Amino acid sequence: MARLNTEPNLPSPDDFYERLIDMHRGLDDAASARVNAKLILLLANHIGDDEALAEAMRAARGDAPSP
Amino acid sequence: MKTYTNPVYAFERPPELDGAVVRRPVVIVGAGPVGLALAIDLAQRGQRAVVVDEDSTVSVGSRAICYSKRTLEILDRLGCGEAVASRGVQWHVGKVYFKDALAYQFDLLPDPGHRRPAFVNLQQYHFEERLVERARAAGCELRWRNRVVGVAPRSDGVRVEVETPEGTYALDADWVVAADGARSAVRRMLGLESEGQVFRDRFLIADLHMTSAFPTERWFWFDPPFHPGQSVLLHRQADDVWRIDFQLGWDADPDEEKKPERIVPRLRAMLGPDARFEIEWASVYTFQCRRMKRFRHGRVLFCGDAAHVVSPFGARGANSGIQDAENLAWKLDFVLRGRAPERLLDTYDEERVFAADENILHSTRATDFITPKSAVSRTFRDAVLELARDYAFARRLVNSGRLSVPAVLTHSTLNTADAASGSAPWASALVPGAAAVDAPVRSARGAWLLDCLPGEFTLLAFGDAVPADDAAALLGAAVPCRVVQVGGAACDDAVVYAEDVDGLAARRYDGRPGTCYLLRPDQHVCARWRRFDRAAVEAAIARAICNA
Repeated sequence: MARLNTEPNLPSPDDFYERLIDMHRGLDDAASARVNAKLILLLANHIGDDEALAEAMRAARGDAPSP
Repeated sequence: MKTYTNPVYAFERPPELDGAVVRRPVVIVGAGPVGLALAIDLAQRGQRAVVVDEDSTVSVGSRAICYSKRTLEILDRLGCGEAVASRGVQWHVGKVYFKDALAYQFDLLPDPGHRRPAFVNLQQYHFEERLVERARAAGCELRWRNRVVGVAPRSDGVRVEVETPEGTYALDADWVVAADGARSAVRRMLGLESEGQVFRDRFLIADLHMTSAFPTERWFWFDPPFHPGQSVLLHRQADDVWRIDFQLGWDADPDEEKKPERIVPRLRAMLGPDARFEIEWASVYTFQCRRMKRFRHGRVLFCGDAAHVVSPFGARGANSGIQDAENLAWKLDFVLRGRAPERLLDTYDEERVFAADENILHSTRATDFITPKSAVSRTFRDAVLELARDYAFARRLVNSGRLSVPAVLTHSTLNTADAASGSAPWASALVPGAAAVDAPVRSARGAWLLDCLPGEFTLLAFGDAVPADDAAALLGAAVPCRVVQVGGAACDDAVVYAEDVDGLAARRYDGRPGTCYLLRPDQHVCARWRRFDRAAVEAAIARAICNA
């Protein structure tokens, strides 16, 4: 059974997306990459579920979802 | 070197040069930490091994410098724990720096009530010297400047050709143990390989003699201002000698980097213009993570670096080799005495291959963190280090080496599994396969619980779990098992009585009245019960020596 929730779950998608892009304002590519990495690490720790994280990684790579 | 002069051990003419070949139970190739520990363990069990070494001294250079708690506990059983621990430097604080600031620090100080600290640092030559002294006192036969030039396996033994300054001779052995290091000559002569991964990086290690104000701590820098883009490790050893380890990158020229005119400016940049130091020893190395497919090849057994090598981050080289030796010693003794079938030695392979894989996994992960292999890997590494300053979760991701702890042999075929149900669950990490943990006790054998486990099968029983006639029967069996009773009322002579002075033994083992742990001769748990049952103990012992 999938542990990763891929159903719509963000209360205000447009606000989230704007914030995500704003997070990178004024940063060069290297600094942006660093901020993205930190964001991933913070969120991964918050999720704290190995299987959900593994599923998210597979989905991010475009691999077929696990049955 | 200013602080140390290598001893020179004399060559003594082996009797075989003048007479017939006498068959030996065990020939150990290599008088390094692993070969010596094995020889001492065997000698304590009444097996006199011949140790041959091509050299005439201990380690040249400091090499392995971090010895773990488990290693010291094994050496306590071998009679030289105090000699090593008291010569070494104790440390327990590690600091990790990123760029010019502290990222975080850790403290390895364990709970009180352990005889030995998490680590002591000591140059390998000092370590080996203590083991040589102990080996001689234990009656081991150490043959210096005896180089193995031929190994011929036979169905019931091995013939070893040995070259000496005064000629070549043959030794016939029931068993040969190759403890002859990463470039094992025995392995090469048998046409065997050690397979794995070479890391494309070079490191400069330098030992400095320095009377400085640095505290006795492990300091690790990622990308410091004095050595941009690379890592640096600073670690104290005995005699005011400091190990400094500079990551150089793959393109560095090892011969150039070893020259003082290259080393001194790096050290000046790190230690400041006023630091006074002398270089004791320097070496440039690459490292690898690899192992042999199998550690037993008929009557030849491979131990330590000959069988497996790891990167140095985590101190898993010499420490795992010492655990190899203790795993092998009692099994060889049991097979030589005819107490156990030869296939007990296959479990040396099974258990120590498992441990080697664990060490290689940890070591590879540390290496990937220290030397990121791609831009994105470096980005994540640096992100972890920046987050570590403010967030505890990120500190758990920083990997400058996961420091050696004894392998838990959970899947060993020698274990008897816990009862599935019907008794109280275990609130203790001492599952079958785990190495025994220490606790302060008062006993005739010493002030520590591990003193009560001197190398035989032992039933650790909490309270008056074992009736006197059962204890006597277990001790008198073909494979003797000594009962060590923790707490409870006074007991008879077949039992060693240990008073749990601080209640820590009961806490660490979740020992309730009736609880019994069966410990192997190498102090690993192989079975545990909530209630004594002699037949169950006998069956578990039989299983633990492949006699089931």
